[in-house]
Amino acid sequence: MYPGAFRYYRPSTLEEASSILAELGEDARALAGGQSLIPLMKLRLSAPSALVDLNYIPDLNHIKRHNGTLQIGAMARHADIENSAEAGKIPVLHDCAAGIADVQVRNRGTIGGSVAEADPSGDWAAVLLTLDTEVHAIGPNGARAIALADFFLDAYTTALGPGELVREIRVKAPAKRTGGACVAFKRCAPVYASASASASITLGDGDTCTDARILMGCVGLMAIRATAGEEALRGQQLTPKSIQAAAEAAMAAADPQSDMRGSADYKRVLVGALVKRAIGIATRRARGEHVEASHEYVGRI
Amino acid sequence: MWRPVTNMSAGFDRVPIEFRVNGKLYERTVEPRMLLVELIREELDLCGTHIGCDTTYCGACTVLLNGGAVKSCTMFAFQAHEGEITTVEGLANGEELHPVQKAFAENHGLQCGYCTPGFLMSTVQLLAHHPHPTDKQIRKGIAGNTCRCTGYQNILKAIRAAADAGADSSAEKVPVPQGEAE
Repeated sequence: MYPGAFRYYRPSTLEEASSILAELGEDARALAGGQSLIPLMKLRLSAPSALVDLNYIPDLNHIKRHNGTLQIGAMARHADIENSAEAGKIPVLHDCAAGIADVQVRNRGTIGGSVAEADPSGDWAAVLLTLDTEVHAIGPNGARAIALADFFLDAYTTALGPGELVREIRVKAPAKRTGGACVAFKRCAPVYASASASASITLGDGDTCTDARILMGCVGLMAIRATAGEEALRGQQLTPKSIQAAAEAAMAAADPQSDMRGSADYKRVLVGALVKRAIGIATRRARGEHVEASHEYVGRI
Repeated sequence: MWRPVTNMSAGFDRVPIEFRVNGKLYERTVEPRMLLVELIREELDLCGTHIGCDTTYCGACTVLLNGGAVKSCTMFAFQAHEGEITTVEGLANGEELHPVQKAFAENHGLQCGYCTPGFLMSTVQLLAHHPHPTDKQIRKGIAGNTCRCTGYQNILKAIRAAADAGADSSAEKVPVPQGEAE
């Protein structure tokens, strides 16, 4: 399948990319990993008049820690994050990076591209929203930092202005005795998840939950924060009963659509189960246990 | 090692690229919308790389780019620029099959053969990262490749056999840059 014809730009700095995009207007698109954009172009669901290639801009794929903050360059591939010891210190990042699609897609797809695309089924939004995350962007009006919660406006819609590009994702190291987890279910590896749940749990004296964040992915136009579910855990012991209450509150907040991945009813039940599992794993990690978690699919061992 | 790149910030309708495939240097000028798999199959006549679903699902088009498995139907040809690509044709050493190829042949891992080039390339990357993979690692490593004729048991068996035969050491030998520009 051939995409429509387009003009090609290969800038050598992000500033240059930004000014080319601003000048060309809405018809032009930035090319990061291309694992969503290229399939869309092949199906002619997207037909940009120009692509501005970010892949030859140096120093955009770093993953490093600075003053307690993890800095991830926009062009860091999912596989870079999956294999990064530094990123692995926040296990929920590894859960997500290692579970996205398949090896080949993870070798190309980037965290900056995923966040900027804001696909309702994208994996990163729900995970990063359980953490204190900032998007550092650069555009025609200079650089700015946007709190991730203010970054996503709607499906496929972000706070980025014309010509504005993600430069870096910054994640604050979680507080002590905090554990996070991301679990997702998909029908097979290469497809988007049917539903996902991400949780961050902070434990206080006597294992009381002092803070909780619960996010659900693929069950609404954006990642949905289950605030009532979090409320059901705060100040409580994490027992099957309180976790069940949190999952039920989360299910009520979910807004899934029936589609080829399942009916809305099915996805609501699924996301409830995933929320419970994510809280359970996050809690064990908050206690210092090493627990493996990631996307699951049919055919797994 | 690559020549300085012409400044491309002005926009191009034809893109000059240089890249290596199986060690051989190529220079081409391509239309921006040409896909990598078309460059490999139509321009270079390396038809071992297959097009299956053409939708980033099946992995029949998998090649190695700088050692990492990628779906060549989901990359543009211009993204090969300054890259080292290995296709299935680059695995064998003359008449002698690569250990992964040998293991697939001996364990009936080919089946109908259509998906095989993609599975071979994913296996090469897998064994380069995990010379002695667990079954879980094997399944994860080939999760981006689909067989639609038979199933995965013989493929799993072949990959285990390749690992047992120490296929990872020869995996590192690919690709070797050499030869004249075409």
